[in-house]
Amino acid sequence: MRFMLLQNYGPAESGCPPMTEWSPADVRAHIEFQQALNTELAGLGELVDAQGLAGPDEARFVISDGASPPVITDGPYPESKELLAGYRLVDVDSAARAIEIAAQASAAPGPGGVPIRQPIEVRQVLSAPDPEV
Amino acid sequence: MTGAASTEDLLRELAPRVLGAVARRYGDFADAEDAVQEALLAAATTWPGQGRPANPLGWLIRVAGRRLTDAYRSDDARRRRELLAASWSRPAAGPQPGGEDTGQDDTLVVMFMCCHPSLAPGSAIPLTLRAVGGLTTREIATAFLVPEATMAQRISRAKATVKASGEPFQLPPPGQQAGRLRSVLHVLYLLFNEGYASSSGPDLARTDLSGEAIRLARGLRSSLPDRPEVAGLLALMLLTDARRPARTGPHGELIPLAEQDRGRWDRALIAEGVALITEALRRGQPGEYELQAAIAAVHDQAAGHTSTNWGEILSLYRALERLTGNPMVTLNRAVAAAMAQGPQAGLDVLDGVAGQLGEHHRFHAVRAHLLELAGDQAAAQAEFGAAAARATNLRERDYLTTQAARLASGGPG
Repeated sequence: MRFMLLQNYGPAESGCPPMTEWSPADVRAHIEFQQALNTELAGLGELVDAQGLAGPDEARFVISDGASPPVITDGPYPESKELLAGYRLVDVDSAARAIEIAAQASAAPGPGGVPIRQPIEVRQVLSAPDPEV
Repeated sequence: MTGAASTEDLLRELAPRVLGAVARRYGDFADAEDAVQEALLAAATTWPGQGRPANPLGWLIRVAGRRLTDAYRSDDARRRRELLAASWSRPAAGPQPGGEDTGQDDTLVVMFMCCHPSLAPGSAIPLTLRAVGGLTTREIATAFLVPEATMAQRISRAKATVKASGEPFQLPPPGQQAGRLRSVLHVLYLLFNEGYASSSGPDLARTDLSGEAIRLARGLRSSLPDRPEVAGLLALMLLTDARRPARTGPHGELIPLAEQDRGRWDRALIAEGVALITEALRRGQPGEYELQAAIAAVHDQAAGHTSTNWGEILSLYRALERLTGNPMVTLNRAVAAAMAQGPQAGLDVLDGVAGQLGEHHRFHAVRAHLLELAGDQAAAQAEFGAAAARATNLRERDYLTTQAARLASGGPG
């Protein structure tokens, strides 16, 4: 079963400040944690893909009616907390295992090594249909 | 047939026998499996240019054995051998000299190892494809749409798990064989489904996993010709695969059984499957796969959806339900009951599993279908919508959404 573990720019449960305001050592520790988690998941044969996305300032919204030139909106966006920050795509044996990985990711270290408790959205990727019995 | 293709076929056929011979001689399944992969790659690269050796099997066993010996000579060789001696017991007869290949029995042992009950299907399937099917890690990774490194890790962890179980490289004791065979059949069944589910549209480039499952099931049947459950599973695969050409439309969209063009069904596969299941059913009390194959055989032999022998299908589903206790079987029985006895009979059957399956998309999809048959368009439309919201696969969701939209617009589509 495949799951996408999505992380938005929304506020973490710990109420910690944005990452740009952390000490360099804390930022480093956080990045190392994410990399170590990816290495661990790859070693378990579960990681399909992990990506971080460029920040909300780089985001563009594109709207088109298919005929006229598309309308392109640049940031900044007041609702940037709803934008995707990054994701992991995992292939696991059960939904419970996906939740377990999400919990691990949510507890990534923030300032002073305190877990930031970032909400992780867990979404199953639609699979192909089973044969009819 | 081109030379390249026939080399590939030969290598894949020999793969489990080479592995059996090497594992038997050195007592280590996991390391032998790595060495055999290297030997297969060496053969695939050198044989087409230099010509095939007179004794391909002997060549592969020799090369794999040499790779394994080289690996053991590396610096931690001694420690590894000690660990091996501690964790693996050898068959009572010990390593066999000279002609190590014992043919199909070895293939069977390899299959039992790969489908070890300590492995989740997600690990057993790729290991089986590599060790028994002779596919490369890259091919398997592509088939399952994961990076090659991830798949390599999954396979090597699976082998470590089998190794940790301490199982010797030999057939399980007679008392355990039926149970272990169930694990093997389950893995092949899931492998077939994986392939069948994805065998169309944009996924065409994927390795033909259902074809591979059929090939492995054929091999298993030639090792165990007297096991009706093996014949039953093979028959089920053939009878299901026979419908594959009619099962999806030009854009990969799902076409339900009722609307399939039966002229596109593969008659040769149907004949073979029907012969197999007919013979298996003569052997008495049918198991799960025989019953499913029998149901598929009734469908495949019917001229049309409504002229199908639904009474027969209903009684087969009843037997399957008693045997498995699986509520998903009850959903199918509801459809059969509706066809045999009218929509209300089907809806009554559904009421019995509402508590268990009320959150499953299939429950709502079947309910929607039966409500429409009963003439309640509004309720059917709502149920198709509920089913679409709960679907866990894309083509089914597309189908359910289309059905809901069709009823919302008030037309039969």
